[in-house]
Order: sequence, then structure tokens, then C-alpha cells
Amino acid sequence: MSVAATHSGAIGALATKFRTCPATGLKVDLAAERLIKANAVAAVVFLAIGGVFGLLVALTRWQAVHLLSAEWFYLVLTAHGLDVLLVWIIFFEMAVLYFASAVILSSRIAAPRWAWLGFILMLAGALLANVTVLQGESSVMFTSYPPLQASPNFYLALILFAVGALIGCFVFFGTLVIAKEEKTYEGSIPLVTFGAVTAAIIAVFTIASGAIILIPTWLWSLGYISHIDTLMYKLVWWAMGHSSQQINVSAHVAIWYLIAAVTVGAKPLSEKVSRTAFLMYILFLQLASAHHLLVEPGLSSEWKIVNTSYMMYLAVMGSMIHGMTVPGSIEAAQRRNGFTQGVFGWLRNAPWGNPAFAGMFLSLVLFGFLGGISGVVLGTEQLNIMMHNTLYVPGHFHATVVAGTTLAFMAVTYLVVPLIFQRQIIWPKLAKLQIYIFAIGAAGISLFMMGAGTLGVSRRHWDITFSDATLSFSYPDAAFLMLGLNGLSAILAATGGALYVVIVVCSILFGKKVDASNVAASLGPMPKKVVQEAVTKYGSAGTWHLPGTYVLVGVFFTAFVLYYFVNWKYLSELWPMQ
Amino acid sequence: MSIHPPESRVWWNEPIARGELVWIALAFIWGLIMFFMMIYWHLEGKQNLSPEVYRIDPDVFIQRTEEFAEKFKVREEGDTGFPVAKPAPGADAYMLARTFEWWPVLELERGQQYRLHISSADLQHGFSLQPTNINIQVHPGIEHIVTITPTQSGEFSVVCNEYCGLGHHQMTGRIHVVEPGQASAPQPQTTGQGG
Repeated sequence: MSVAATHSGAIGALATKFRTCPATGLKVDLAAERLIKANAVAAVVFLAIGGVFGLLVALTRWQAVHLLSAEWFYLVLTAHGLDVLLVWIIFFEMAVLYFASAVILSSRIAAPRWAWLGFILMLAGALLANVTVLQGESSVMFTSYPPLQASPNFYLALILFAVGALIGCFVFFGTLVIAKEEKTYEGSIPLVTFGAVTAAIIAVFTIASGAIILIPTWLWSLGYISHIDTLMYKLVWWAMGHSSQQINVSAHVAIWYLIAAVTVGAKPLSEKVSRTAFLMYILFLQLASAHHLLVEPGLSSEWKIVNTSYMMYLAVMGSMIHGMTVPGSIEAAQRRNGFTQGVFGWLRNAPWGNPAFAGMFLSLVLFGFLGGISGVVLGTEQLNIMMHNTLYVPGHFHATVVAGTTLAFMAVTYLVVPLIFQRQIIWPKLAKLQIYIFAIGAAGISLFMMGAGTLGVSRRHWDITFSDATLSFSYPDAAFLMLGLNGLSAILAATGGALYVVIVVCSILFGKKVDASNVAASLGPMPKKVVQEAVTKYGSAGTWHLPGTYVLVGVFFTAFVLYYFVNWKYLSELWPMQ
Repeated sequence: MSIHPPESRVWWNEPIARGELVWIALAFIWGLIMFFMMIYWHLEGKQNLSPEVYRIDPDVFIQRTEEFAEKFKVREEGDTGFPVAKPAPGADAYMLARTFEWWPVLELERGQQYRLHISSADLQHGFSLQPTNINIQVHPGIEHIVTITPTQSGEFSVVCNEYCGLGHHQMTGRIHVVEPGQASAPQPQTTGQGG
């Protein structure tokens, strides 16, 4: 590995201080390390705040509990969306970007002062957004559809946050340039970094879209612009709102590969295939703004079909490829490790006691089965008529963002704490339990909200008994059951979330220091290799026979096709419309 | 490993495993099937959202809805004060969304086609017909004409499912579907006051 600090040309390089990671041999720029720590800590703090809000929402929708008043419910729901969908996720993604560039490439980070400015802007934006919402004049939901108007500071807060995140993206790109310039690695960038590049490119698109719509909306709230077109707002806003979730997808897929590499030594089956799948994301994922506009008046069906399908489902193909190559690379690695018995010996002998691995694999399964399939069904033009603005929508995106992204981020934290914070996880047994509790809770939230949505229950709704409505109505009894189960799942997920926050904070503050002597043990239990380094050749050479993975994707594909066509059958029973 | 640069520098020439190729082909073909399914449904399916949409001044839409309600009023909905309008089969029907009600109440005949005009007087609202579960977004200033054919008789509710302010959860409407040719009769009172 070449040494950046000896590069004579750059002044920045001379001033940079590195340490060598005892586990991986990577050189870690201390400035990058401080930035990763700050962003990760901010992320966890806002996850805690947003998680409490989420629990309050679920306990209010549980009709038997019905915790909050209507006013507080809509306020807390707005804050919940902001804090977890935007603030927690993007802070953590900044940490991921700095990690995937500076640390993985053993490079110094570009312009650390700019990165700090970005961090401060994001923090200021996040705090201002929370304060503004809590003041009560901005209960407009995360989406803030005009003509519903929030106080100007609500939009300003989002703009500040977005600008900060944009700076972070450019620091990431700058670091890639430096690493290449200073030859800190040879050949092409690693797959994990390639995934992070995908996330960062989508992030730039996302943030630009946010700026394009939020700046005029802010001026409108101040009275400088008289009118915001409602349809235009949604079209551009969702280029931010949905694309920001595509940053998550790219980031957590990169994390799946990362965790698989660290815990079982997985190599990509094929660099070409995995990278092409990421490329599909860059090219097509952003079209999904249309997912929110499928029952909107004034947009043509041609536009809806092309965009909602990400141009003939090429981005879905990208996800399906990752859905096979990630477990495939794990199976190949495990078979190389010597676990060759049967179809699923490799999976049975995977390190399920390691929270990083367990979280990663559960994230993969839940994201694919619950989030992926429901997302495609929801994003089908006509099927959306049965689901738009019902609880099916939050059900779907809790499967992607909570059971998928958040679970993956939690899983990787169990590697970040020993590797970057250089502290051991303080209660490893509890950490192991935490991942499963959170995963079950998140899966429950997603499933039961989707169930309630299938029964027609509206999202963002305080009272499913309609007790104050002049024209009375009530949803079917099964909907009440679904929302009760959703409340119980939320309690479980919140318990898992609280354990995560407590474990991470206590480990950082009081965990045993990690050094060369104990670093391997600090990463959690790893599979014991039955065969030592039997195959060291590239990729999947010699292990192309992956029966377990073929069975897994076969089950997935069957579930996908069946569920897809069942929904068309339901649709055909609706009142005819044209 | 995935955290290291590819082992061979010319990684794009590496062969792809057969299993991977099969899966990629399957994913691609499945994508095409799903894509063409939406187009097929436009040709053969009966549930497609109408593209008939006009820009309209909200005040004009309010006025047209009021004229419609007056012309076709057959009774009031219990003691709620809502007029019940029963348009002729095949004719136009209007429904106005405003904070926090869907107005007026409609009475339609089963198996007949209606041109339902929906729009909003103020904010964005959601037209969520329950329990059939048909959901359409409603914008102020945009008139959407959906041709619908009720296939079941009974009492149906319209729930607002786009957040529109603190009274959002009170915002409901109603559509009665009666058997064809059946004379409209005052329905038993079912307001929310009693519980």
C-alpha cells in the first residue's frame, strides 16, 4: 500500500495524521475518523428522538390505546418522518461515505474543514426543523404538500440540512480524486466504494431536486411568491423524497457487501455483474418519483408507466441481482471456508451470533421479501388505485427503510464501534439479542400496516372510528386488530431501537479499548474455518455451484410472481373505472 | 473481498457464472412482463384511471357542484343537512372536497355508468371510497372526471386520505348505491352523533 503522507506535492497530505487499523491494515486518516464519529453520533441521537416519535404515532393509531390528541398526533407524525426518514439516515450515510472513501481507500479525506461546515449545517437544519415542528405551526407532514403551509423556518431548516449534505457528497468525491491521485490503491475502487459512489451520485440528484422545489416554497411561505403549483410541487418534491430512499438502497446494499466481506470473507461472485447492478441504480432509480403520482390527475398513463417501472424495471433488475449475488457471495465464501454439507450447511453455520452478520442477513431477507415485492406492486400504475395513501404505503417503506436500511446500519455499527471508535461492544450478548428484537418488530410493523392498508385504512389519520365525523363510517374490525398488532410490533421495535442506542452510547463511553491484541475478538463471533485458505483464487472460481442461493432466489421469485398476480385479481373485482 | 480493489485489474473480462446469467435473464424477462402488464390492462382491463382532466377555478367547480346538488336533490341525508343528489344513469355527478367534508351525498344505481367529477375547493384531499378501496388524489384547481360503474349496492363512504389539517379525520362523504329502477327512499338515520 502506498503511503499518502509521503506524497510531496500536496500540503494537505503532509499535515495528515494516520493510524493503522490493527484488524485490516488500512490506514485511517484521523480527520476522517473524527468526521465519521461525529456524523454517526448525530445519526444515533436523531434515531432515538425520531424513534420515540414513531412509537407515539403507533400507540395513537392503536385504537384501544389512542395515546395522543389529534393536534399532537399530526405534529409528532411530522417530526417522526423528518427525524428518521431524513436526519438519521443522511447523517449515517455521511459517515458511510467518509468510511467508504477515506478509510477503505486508505486515503486522507478531502477538505475536512468543508466537511465540518457541512456537518454543522446539517445539525443546524435538523435542530431548527425539530424546534419549528414542535412549536406547532408546521404540522404539515414530512411531505408538506401545498397549499398547506408550514412556517418559513420549516423549509429553511430542510434547505440548510440539504446544503450540508451536498457539501458532504463533494468531500466524498474529492476524497476519491485524492486517493486516485496519490495512488493509495491499485486498479479499480473496491465494490463497497463503488456502491457508495452510486449512493453519492443519487444523493446529488436528490438534493438538487430538493433545492429546486424547497427554495421557491420557502419564498412562497415568506410571501415573495404567490402560488406554488400543487402538481409541480409533488413531481419535483418526490424527486427528492423518493430518491433520498434510493440513496439508502445503494448505501445499505454496499453495507451488505461490506459486512459479508468482513464477517465471512465474501468476495463478489462477479465484479462485472455487481457493478452493473449498481449502474442500473444510477441510471434508473430516480424515475421513482412517479410512484407517488400514480393516481394523480393530470399526468398521462404513458408517463406513469415508463417512470414508475424505472424504464421497464431495470432498477428492479439491479436489486434482484444484488438479492442473488449477496447471498451467493456468502454461500461461496462459506463453502470455501469448508461448510460444504448439503444445500444449506453454509447458512446453518453462518455466524448468526454475530450481530453484524445477523442484522445484515435479516436486512437482506426483509428488504427483499417485504419491501421489494410490496414496492413493485405498489408502484404498478393500476394496482396503486387500491393502495394510494392507505397504510399499505408506510407498511411498504417501513420494510425498506426500517427493516432494510436501518437494520443494515445498525448491523454495521457493530463493526464501526470497534474499528473506528476503537471500543469493544460493552454487552455483546445483549447486542446479539438487540438485532433480532428490532428485526422482528420492524417486520411486524411493515406487515401489519400493509394488512391494514389492504383493508383500506388511510395513512396519516388520527381516528379510524371517525367519531367526530358528520357522516359516520368505520373500518372493518380486522383493521382494528391490524393496528393493535402494529402497536405491539412498534413496542418491540422501539425496545430494539432503545437497546441499540444504549449499547452504542455505553460502548463508546465505557467500552474496553480495542488494540492489536483484541481486535479480532472485538468484531464478534466469526465462522471457524474448516479448511484454511483452501481457495484463494478470484471471486467464485471453483464455487460456482451455489444450490442454497438458487433455492432462496427461487422461493423469492415464486412469492413475487404469486403476490403480483393476486393483486391484479383483487383489482379486477373493483368497480369498473375509465 | 468487496472492500478491496478487484484482484485482477481487467475484471470486466471475468466470466460470469451460469447461475448468475440465468437469474439476470429471468429478472429481465419478469421486468418486461410486469411492464407490459400495465399496458395490457389499459387495453383489456376495466380498472384504469381516467385521463380526462381540466384546469378549473375552484370557485367555478364549487358553483357547478352546488347547481348539480340543487338540480338532482332527492332528500336530505338524515338530519346532517347534506343534500342527497341522484343523477340520471349515464349522467354527470359532482363531488366537492373541502375542509372537512365531501359534498354532496350521492345516490347511484347499480350497474349504471356515471361521469364523476371530483375536485377540491381548498387544499389537496384524498378520495378513498370504502369498503371497495378505490383511492384517487384530489387537487384544488384540477377537475378530474372518472367514469365509474358501481357493481354492488349498499352504503359506501368516501374517506379523505390526504392529510388536510386538524379536522382531517372528520372528513367523510357518502355514496348510496341502490338497485336499478328503485325509487329513492329516506334511509334510516346513521349519523355519528349517536356513536
